[in-house]
Amino acid sequence: MQAVDGITYDVFPGETLGIVGESGSGKSVSTMSLLGLIPQPPGRIVRGEALFQGKDLLKVSKKQLRQIRGKDLAMVFQDPMTSLNPVLKVGYQIAEAIRAHHPETKENAAERRAVELLKLVGVPNPDRRASQYPHEFSGGMRQRAMIAMAIANEPSVLIADEPTTALDVTIQAQILEVLKKAQEETHAATILITHDLGLIAELADRVIVMYAGKIVELGDVNTIFRSPRHPYTVGLMDSLPRLEGGEEWLRPIPGQPPSLISRPPGCPFHPRCFLSQGRVRCREEEPELRPVDGSVHLTACHFAEELEGRAGHFVEPVGAEA
Amino acid sequence: MLTFIIRRILYSIPVLVATSFLIFTFVSITGDPLGRLRARPDITAQQIQSIAHSKNLDKPVIIRYGYWVRDAVTKQFGTTLFGNRKIWPDLKRVIGHTLQFILSAIIISVLLGVAIGVYSALRQYSLFDYAATTISFIGFATPVFWLALMLQVLMVQIFLKWHVRIFYTSGLSSPTGAGHGFHFLIDRIQHLALPVIALCALSTAVYSRFMRASMLEVLNSDYVRTARAKGLVERRVIMRHAFRNALIPLVTVVAIDFGGLFAGAIVTETIFTLDGMGYYFINSLFASDPYPVMAWLMVVATMVILFNLIADILYGVFDPRIRYD
Amino acid sequence: MTEQQFHEPSPLAVAPPGSEGLIEPGLPADPSELTYAYGLEIEARSQWDYARRRFFRHRLALGSLILLLAIFGCGLFANFIAPYTYQQINLNALSQKPSSKHIFGTDSAGRDSFSRVLYGIRTSARVGVLVGVLSTLIGTIIGGLAGFYGGWIDNLLMRLTDLFLTLPLLAVLLVAAKYLGHSTPLKLALLLAALIWTQIARVVRGSFLSLREKEYVEAARAAGAGDLRIMLRHMIPNTVGPIVVSATLTIGTAILLEAVLSFLGFGIEPPTPALGALLSEGQDQGLDKWWLVTFPGVVIVVIVLCINFIGDGLRDALDPTQRRVRA
Repeated sequence: MQAVDGITYDVFPGETLGIVGESGSGKSVSTMSLLGLIPQPPGRIVRGEALFQGKDLLKVSKKQLRQIRGKDLAMVFQDPMTSLNPVLKVGYQIAEAIRAHHPETKENAAERRAVELLKLVGVPNPDRRASQYPHEFSGGMRQRAMIAMAIANEPSVLIADEPTTALDVTIQAQILEVLKKAQEETHAATILITHDLGLIAELADRVIVMYAGKIVELGDVNTIFRSPRHPYTVGLMDSLPRLEGGEEWLRPIPGQPPSLISRPPGCPFHPRCFLSQGRVRCREEEPELRPVDGSVHLTACHFAEELEGRAGHFVEPVGAEA
Repeated sequence: MLTFIIRRILYSIPVLVATSFLIFTFVSITGDPLGRLRARPDITAQQIQSIAHSKNLDKPVIIRYGYWVRDAVTKQFGTTLFGNRKIWPDLKRVIGHTLQFILSAIIISVLLGVAIGVYSALRQYSLFDYAATTISFIGFATPVFWLALMLQVLMVQIFLKWHVRIFYTSGLSSPTGAGHGFHFLIDRIQHLALPVIALCALSTAVYSRFMRASMLEVLNSDYVRTARAKGLVERRVIMRHAFRNALIPLVTVVAIDFGGLFAGAIVTETIFTLDGMGYYFINSLFASDPYPVMAWLMVVATMVILFNLIADILYGVFDPRIRYD
Repeated sequence: MTEQQFHEPSPLAVAPPGSEGLIEPGLPADPSELTYAYGLEIEARSQWDYARRRFFRHRLALGSLILLLAIFGCGLFANFIAPYTYQQINLNALSQKPSSKHIFGTDSAGRDSFSRVLYGIRTSARVGVLVGVLSTLIGTIIGGLAGFYGGWIDNLLMRLTDLFLTLPLLAVLLVAAKYLGHSTPLKLALLLAALIWTQIARVVRGSFLSLREKEYVEAARAAGAGDLRIMLRHMIPNTVGPIVVSATLTIGTAILLEAVLSFLGFGIEPPTPALGALLSEGQDQGLDKWWLVTFPGVVIVVIVLCINFIGDGLRDALDPTQRRVRA
């Protein structure tokens, strides 16, 4: 079963790259394999390169990869409830991250730094909280602690995998702020993986849209939202409920993502595609990722040009504008 | 934490009381201790009546229960029905011996079980794993008493062939004097080795399977993933994060197993003729004497409840989520 | 693009050319998914078919079943198979090692061990199956009532289970067995059943507790079904899996317990043959005569091992949450 096929993208320092896709689109798997977090049986990296600071992460030794993880390349996971070790104190777990990469740090120093980090991410009473256990934290606080743990060693790249999905909507907004702040403090490049387009609109500079393990569209956030050039992206934008306008029905994308075990030939999206209309080319030939409208906007659709002039209905993206 | 302990102790007391009543009723109802006497033709019905009266056997159950409890508390379980032998000194002696036996078995089976289980989990699907799994399965199917017998047979065969006594097949100590101090210890070990092995086998199998499953589950958990993502050395990930968490539920398993160890003790002590609680129990039972039997059951129930209490406290120590009930 | 076109659902295309080979045969994928994408015909298979196929693929369980049936068969037909009777004394062959004439050897009275083991198997089989059936019956009824109604039945069941955790089962059994006097296999089976049923009861109770909340139970109630009907028609069929597994394992436990009791002298009264009693006599007659102790024990181990494997196989086969077919 191929979870991911032919992904290529770059991330530049200081920017936020959003990866959008449905569950099962391979967005988490691709980044987790970068960190070497996919156990190699049963998983397997077949081909590819992941260049980070001049080194190929996929070819580097286990030891070197471990040294990079948590220090230069950090990750925040989806479910803060289960991502923290329930039997260890929160402060300890953050301090552990620090001492793993700076072994000369004394325990007290690391603990103090942990408290500082908790303060940074907005946990009230940080010194008291640091000696508490995860089950004494609320969901939002736990995610803050996770973010604190991730930025503890000032990474150059921060990967956030669905950071708000497991949280209440009201907390989501708060975590958004924390992420923004974390980015300001560390000047890290952030890869934000989510299926929440609102989050992308707020935080991302550039966007990758993934479907069935492939990238189907890539571009900067304004372009993607205002003039999407792939029917899947169009469908995503259209499926968002809108506050204004007289629409009464939600418009989901009909059908289901394909099973990754048996992929149909041709474009993976064609069974659900409104643009395709059963055209032979869509069924037989897999579209390549190619530039459209200039060089920085890429799409993987044979008939992307037909989407020209079709504006996205979504509200103007904010925040990402410098 | 302290309130937790006190609350658990307070809860245990009514349980103990209820258990004692149940034990008493059960043993009294299931048999007529004077049955053997009745069967003898040389004792008249009148004599039997007077015996019954002197032992309070003709009173209703509740009253007899009252007498029994009084005796249990004030006179340390009183005396046996036949022969008026004091119960407690005997019981105390055999409890000591059996505890040596059972505690050694628990310690060894936990250490071995954990080691095998964890290693199996870390090297899943390896040869070791398959071998350990197979042996566990056989362990589940092997009755304790048969294993004990086979060990005895083995030792006898070794003795016959090579005239060497590695472990003794019966008794707690050598009758010709076991010596003092270190010699005594060695002698005791030689005598207890086979029974302990027999008792350990099943428990080790159970614990190793359990640890394996627990460890596998923990290794796939999110927080272990986080630990790896932090860049911790694999050894630290396994020892500090995985192993510690996987160990917690084992406490409950051991606690539940404790009662079963007494059952195992009954059997093994009989086979190896060890002067322990099991042997005492069987002999009292054969003698149709209800009072030692009841005393035995009470002691065991108390020990099990105590052990469970310790296990609960330990669980609270290991897992902070449980602490504040 | 007109609005019209946008609202049309994607055309359910006919199977694209060349797609036939892409689906792995026998893969229990979500049938609706396949149909939607490729327009193929999917044959529906019933629950039992899957279960049966899974069980037969579990080679270990299958082998164990055959072996167990063979062993029990030997026991049941011991009259015809055994070369000697249980009591038959042969003064020419006292305490002999295994040989071609006596494949399990003889004891100090010249009795053929092999024949005695066969008869012992018969007793064990009888007791085991009887206990299995009885305890399943009692356990299912009480456990079902406890799970369905809750209340005092449930409380009682839970207290009883707790009690059995505190006092070792063997001790309780011994006391009961002792005072109940000489045991025939039937009596012993009743006694064992009376004390083992709590295990099955717990399983059934747990299952009924969760099934109680299911929507189809509510639906049935809304349609006016009475309690009994709901239990019989909806809950029991869905609990059959765990019940069967528990029952099988109970048979194994019963056989082991019978052996222990007979060994200690509280079980089947001689001269009725029992494997445990054979072991006890074997020990009495001297541990150098290893054949007397080894063979009856090996037989017990093999029987219980087979039962455990069968139970394992049944658990795999009847567990509805497992969709993969094991090799």
